[in-house]
Amino acid sequence: MKTQYEKYYVPEQSHWPIVGAVALFLIAVGSGLAVMQTAKQQGGIGFYVLILGIAVLLYMLFGWFKNVIDESQGGLYSAQMDRSFRQGMAWFIFSEVMFFMAFFGALFYARTFAVPWLGGDSNNAMTNEVLWPSFEAVWPLLNTPGGDETKAMGWQGLPLINTIILLTSSITLHCAHTAMEHGKRTQLKTMLALTIALGAIFLVLQGEEYVHAYQDLGLTLDSGIYGNTFFLLTGFHGMHVTLGTILLFVVFVRILKGHFSEEKHFAFQAAAWYWHFVDVVWLCLFVFVYVL
Amino acid sequence: MTTIAESHHHHHAPTGIKRWLFTTNHKDIGTLYLLFALLMFLTGGAMALVIRAELFQPGLQFVEPHFFNQMTTVHGLIMVFGAVMPAFTGLANWMIPMMIGAPDMALPRMNNWSFWILPFAFFILLMSLFMEGGGPAFGWTFYAPLSTTYSNDNTALFVFAVHIMGISSIMGAINVIVTIVNMRAPGMTYMKLPLFVWTWLITAFLLIAVMPVLAGAVTMVLTDKYFGTDFFNAAGGGDPVMFQHIFWFFGHPEVYIMILPAFGVISTIIPTFSRKKLFGYASMVYATASIAFLSFIVWAHHMFTTGMPLAGELFFMYSTMLISVPTGVKVFNWVATMWRGSISFEVPMLFSIAFIVLFTLGGFSGLMLAITPVDFQYHDTYFVVAHFHYVLVTGAVFSIMAGAYYWLPKWTGNMYHIGLAKAHFWLSLISVNILFFPMHFVGLAGMPRRIPDYALQFADFNALISIGGFAFGLSQLLFVAVVYKCAKGGQKVPAKVWDGAEGLEWEVDSPAPYHTFSEPPEVK
Ligand code: HEM
Ligand SMILES: [Cu+2]
Repeated sequence: MKTQYEKYYVPEQSHWPIVGAVALFLIAVGSGLAVMQTAKQQGGIGFYVLILGIAVLLYMLFGWFKNVIDESQGGLYSAQMDRSFRQGMAWFIFSEVMFFMAFFGALFYARTFAVPWLGGDSNNAMTNEVLWPSFEAVWPLLNTPGGDETKAMGWQGLPLINTIILLTSSITLHCAHTAMEHGKRTQLKTMLALTIALGAIFLVLQGEEYVHAYQDLGLTLDSGIYGNTFFLLTGFHGMHVTLGTILLFVVFVRILKGHFSEEKHFAFQAAAWYWHFVDVVWLCLFVFVYVL
Repeated sequence: MTTIAESHHHHHAPTGIKRWLFTTNHKDIGTLYLLFALLMFLTGGAMALVIRAELFQPGLQFVEPHFFNQMTTVHGLIMVFGAVMPAFTGLANWMIPMMIGAPDMALPRMNNWSFWILPFAFFILLMSLFMEGGGPAFGWTFYAPLSTTYSNDNTALFVFAVHIMGISSIMGAINVIVTIVNMRAPGMTYMKLPLFVWTWLITAFLLIAVMPVLAGAVTMVLTDKYFGTDFFNAAGGGDPVMFQHIFWFFGHPEVYIMILPAFGVISTIIPTFSRKKLFGYASMVYATASIAFLSFIVWAHHMFTTGMPLAGELFFMYSTMLISVPTGVKVFNWVATMWRGSISFEVPMLFSIAFIVLFTLGGFSGLMLAITPVDFQYHDTYFVVAHFHYVLVTGAVFSIMAGAYYWLPKWTGNMYHIGLAKAHFWLSLISVNILFFPMHFVGLAGMPRRIPDYALQFADFNALISIGGFAFGLSQLLFVAVVYKCAKGGQKVPAKVWDGAEGLEWEVDSPAPYHTFSEPPEVK
């Protein structure tokens, strides 16, 4: 009863990883220098190094993914390999969840502890009395202890529209997935294109919301803990939507080229998982940042 | 499947620098990690010697206080992220595929990427020491406002260096988990996994869960310092104590990331040289899992003196003490494994026994620190420094040494110079205790940590500590010599190097061939 095992594909040497390491090095040094030079308001090479790093990273991603796609199309990947990719992607998404947890944690801590304590709650009566006598603890924190003022972002306008957009996009993406599994390529293409379009619209509206916040509300990145958590949470989310849209776009191009089959479409699935994850993050954002 | 078999033909070891830069081989990458860790261990060690030279006598002798602070900070960062973690990742790379009968790690190219990020990250960190304004000087814990309001201009470089280290760790951890879950040889059920594999599985989970939180913490430091946010500033509604919560939510699991693989190594070595099966295999697995779970709910034991509400103090005191239960289970099991075994004292065993005794000592001082009211006295003194050096140096580092001496013959095919290795062990054992044991006393007497000067009454002990420090540091050069000689040549060893050893890694030749288990082995 000796069973025949499929071979696990162990790739040959590859130069892409070291190119990727150099890219991350340039990005890290470039961002560091750029931030430092901006703070000192001097010019410098920081930004150029950063852009060079991003260029190298893109070059690496193209090359590496091209290798992987060719190997996949060449039939080198076994079912076990597919599982490795799937599990890898799932754990990557888990790490992203934990990254957002840090910022949601900060929001939670500020709302339930830091701000009330500054207002004299718990055993902090003297903190309030002596250090910040005129400070009143409310959320959203529109008047900081230091005296900054701002206005709150409501949830009814753009944020609500954006929520509906993202939710719809998750549904269209799900339809695309079902279409993929049933081999309906036209439906797959329409639904996926629709999803990408919705993602792009979301990003445009989010940009408009930021303009509104800065120009009409005076709500900026540095207007106290409310503005801090608002912009970092929505900002990182926006970056993830951008990445998700790009991923879906790449998958779309591959579909146009006739890649993927009813059973084997890991790249599509990975991008879809990522998209659903970004969607769930938005729902949490909508509830905890905007509504409550 | 024939195509694949063909593309495997020319899979012999490539040569030259390209072998190391482009490699996808888990053994090559393991070697790279281990050598990098050794290099960082010596670099961080040199910084420790600067610290000990300054503290040899009271008063300021050799370095400026600001430079002293950079030394304590970068020493800590290098030892944690550059020495201990990469060393364990190196062991994982070398051993896990062989232990579970897999042809390689699950994602070999990503494995290479994970490694090569590290030298660049540490290059950035070390480079900042030579820039105007200097490197990070706020302690490896980079508490706000030290790292925000009061840090030097180069802090952004520290932030991004930590970011890419984190990317490296996360990718490495994903690789470990996927390898273990997906690549086990048929018949290698979970409860047959060697304990080193189990502990790494759980460690990798911890890494994926907390490294992103560290990334969040450094990001908030960055925006607070450079972009006007107030996460850690009360004037804007934030709170500097919030930094400590976020940091230690990462930081406490992090210390278990550095000790769980050590538990795995020790659980492998003790049975070999006691010639008995490990006592309580299943309880070891459950203990590891419960330690990992508990490590998420004890973080504020580092913050007892920050003025938390009483309920918080109590909760974190009791949850911390709970951790000593599964830890005690482990120590009990190791001792019970040795009980009535036919023990022999080869070098790996010597390090393992020293580990059991001295790590337990560190656990005891941890228990003392866990008692909230007394921690008000111990906190931020040398007592804490003594505690974590016992668990990290005589714990994590000793286990790495034990693992290196255990598997070195398998890696190189040669037995190392046993006399030199024993000299390394005894010199390390004696000097490490001269180095760290007196720290308990000066700590209890009130000597604060991270200060370049101290009151006169601490002078004698500090001189002694510094002598121990230099002796320990220099003894490690013996280790370098042993490894170097062993790589060059020596007495050839058989596949099964140690007669009591068990596991798949002993069924392949020594040195292990470039590719092992291209066909999954039979596991009984
Ligand atoms: C029985 C188990 C343990 C207990 C109860 C325990 C308890 C504690 C407590 C309460 C502190 C805070 C002391 C203070 O700052 O006042 C502490 C610090 C520390 N512990 Fe442990 N510990 C244990 C095991 C470990 C292990 C296994 C490691 C690492 C391998 C470790 C590494 C550290 C480090 C690095 C610090 C100091 C961090 C810093 O402030 O720089 N501990 N421990
Ligand atoms: Cu801790």
